[in-house]
Amino acid sequence: MLSRLIDKFKKGLAKTREGMVQKIREVIRLRPKLDEETLEEIEEILIQADVGIDPTLRIIDSLRERIASGEKVEDPENMVQEFLEDEIRKILQPEKAAPVTEISNKPHVILIVGVNGVGKTTSIGKLAQKFANEGKKVLLAAGDTFRAAAIEQLDIWATRTGSDIVKHQPGADSASVAFDALQAAQSRGSDIVLIDTAGRLHTKVNLMEEVKKIRRVIDKALPGAPHETLLVLDATTGQNAVTQARQFHETCELTGLILAKLDGTAKGGVVIAIADDLDLPVRFVGLGEGPDDLDDFDAENFVRALFEG
Amino acid sequence: MFELLTERLEGAFKKLRGHGRLSESNIDEAMREVRRALLEADVNYKVARSFIAKVKEEAIGQEVLKTVSPSQQVVKVVHDQLVGLMGNQSAGLTLSETPPSVVMMVGLQGAGKTTTSGKLGLLLKSQGKNPLLVAADVYRPAAVDQLRILGEQVGVPVYHAPEGTDPVDICKQAMDRATENHHDVVILDTAGRLHVDDERMDEVFNIREAVTPSDILFVCDAMTGQDAVAAASAFYEKLNFTGVVLTRMDSDTRGGAALSIREVTGVPIKFIGTSEKPEGLEIFHPDRMASRILGMGDVLTLVERAQSTIDEDQAKKIEQKLRTASFTFDDFLEQMAQIRKMGPLDQLMKMIPGVSKAMPDMQVDEGAFSHIEAIIFSMTKDERAKPHIINGSRRKRIAKGSGQNIQEVNKLIKQFNMMQKMMKRMSRMEKSGRMAMPMLQ
Repeated sequence: MLSRLIDKFKKGLAKTREGMVQKIREVIRLRPKLDEETLEEIEEILIQADVGIDPTLRIIDSLRERIASGEKVEDPENMVQEFLEDEIRKILQPEKAAPVTEISNKPHVILIVGVNGVGKTTSIGKLAQKFANEGKKVLLAAGDTFRAAAIEQLDIWATRTGSDIVKHQPGADSASVAFDALQAAQSRGSDIVLIDTAGRLHTKVNLMEEVKKIRRVIDKALPGAPHETLLVLDATTGQNAVTQARQFHETCELTGLILAKLDGTAKGGVVIAIADDLDLPVRFVGLGEGPDDLDDFDAENFVRALFEG
Repeated sequence: MFELLTERLEGAFKKLRGHGRLSESNIDEAMREVRRALLEADVNYKVARSFIAKVKEEAIGQEVLKTVSPSQQVVKVVHDQLVGLMGNQSAGLTLSETPPSVVMMVGLQGAGKTTTSGKLGLLLKSQGKNPLLVAADVYRPAAVDQLRILGEQVGVPVYHAPEGTDPVDICKQAMDRATENHHDVVILDTAGRLHVDDERMDEVFNIREAVTPSDILFVCDAMTGQDAVAAASAFYEKLNFTGVVLTRMDSDTRGGAALSIREVTGVPIKFIGTSEKPEGLEIFHPDRMASRILGMGDVLTLVERAQSTIDEDQAKKIEQKLRTASFTFDDFLEQMAQIRKMGPLDQLMKMIPGVSKAMPDMQVDEGAFSHIEAIIFSMTKDERAKPHIINGSRRKRIAKGSGQNIQEVNKLIKQFNMMQKMMKRMSRMEKSGRMAMPMLQ
């Protein structure tokens, strides 16, 4: 099971590895002396992986210190790789990445938020599949009443995964969809409720207020809910992902992140930038387009897959 | 849009201030800051490097002018280079001479292709064209429905085929439909695809071969990171796309992707998406964007919007009233409505030079406007025309009627009085020839 997961990560991250680790090795092979120029090139490689300038500079600074310590380096290639691996693992703090929560609430309510086009509805479809595979009774709430055909899109996922769905008319109040979904879940005995919301830019005050309201209404319908609020991030997004995470966290007390489209980008370093900035675990990663292409995020695996040749 | 990049560049140039001449060493320091700013803004690191090199070469070679400070001189060089990087002029849609022209939308998943297709349909329609939207995304659940609904909203017909039809066939059939119904532009909304997905890339290539588009637009999220270059290059290699649309420019992204894509493909950025509404598609102006990056604001866009939305006669009437100090609450309402027509206020404010720097986290609460409106609507006709008659008991009634507390009512009336006083003073000054009436024409 574990090795399957690692394999999947490796496959999804193959491009990241090529993009980052291979290049770092190459740089050092061509320039075995670890001078400033080499450091600069390593810095650019990290930046190109969307790691973000602050974590990058910090990593490079500590690498510089390590080199300056005068320690004799037999194998600079491995030294640098191991060093970077350690540093990144430190930032990701795998011990903090939430373990898959023991689901004790019934229903267990998960609210999904994010900016437009990051893959919220698709992630919900995949989550529904995952929970259905575990034998759970899943109910979807079509809370994106704004985007054209978002309701239909979720409806198709409900059919595909054999989940129940609660939906209103386009333009309806999303909070009332969530409210009805929770009532339905309680009377139908659902195990998991996944609440979709419209995509919203984190800079739009009104829309952020709306999501706050949805959260309040959920808590009213079922005290203590939502048990998880997950922000979906597009892995191809650059440093703005950090701002998104910050803003959404402020508005709706996120409990974790879903990193979607990780298979598509050559990078993935944005995870490091976010972990560096916020105390938020990545819960799931999207590694493909199929309904089963969603996995628990495991920082340890992530780092291992990132650096295993 | 590029606020943060602007701040960084300004910070860098501050360091140049006080130096008498541009030397290699003092430029290096500023350039390091510029590079960092560009990288933070998600400009691709290679693009940033070549940009810095160009700017440096230009700047050092320059004779030091007596009339401007070194920092101003460097700002000009950076500005020119930025404009150069993003293309010297804005480019519109390319249509073929013999209709129907085909415009093809391509890009990664979630970039905003379908929404942009709808917006483009509306734009073309408003220009007197007769466009046809084509739903060629057969993979994402309900993508066809989404385009159908968007088409309905903007009043543009949508061609869609039964489930299971091959996307290439859909596009071919759509061409027949267009000829039959005399559509002059066909907009193909293709599925989102990864640049590393060979099968799907072949599919979109085959569509291009089948319908020979006059314009292929690569739709890209303005928030994309370093990977923008990889995706854009791969799409460009396969399709030779001819234009770029940057979506979600209304976010706070630093938008470095714009610079990168342009630099590596040489293809012009043609449009930017600026809101979720169907009207939210604007022509990309490289010079304005460069000004914006450098903190010069985007006054041109602001003026243009004002011209297209503000009724000139109305403005004259209000100005007249202000001059004679017969400005009433009704006029106030009218003026507010005109300003709101121009677009979301925070967007407008950010176009004003210096605002983004002075108030980086500025959030304009549009709700406050509704509250003000509610208060004014709760006044009688008499009260609106003669604000001075609003006494304590009237205030109480207005507060109750508008659902606001009395302090809010008092605040509004106070502000209104202050405004009137200021206007009086200004028109007096103008009469004595000291100052012209600002802002109202």
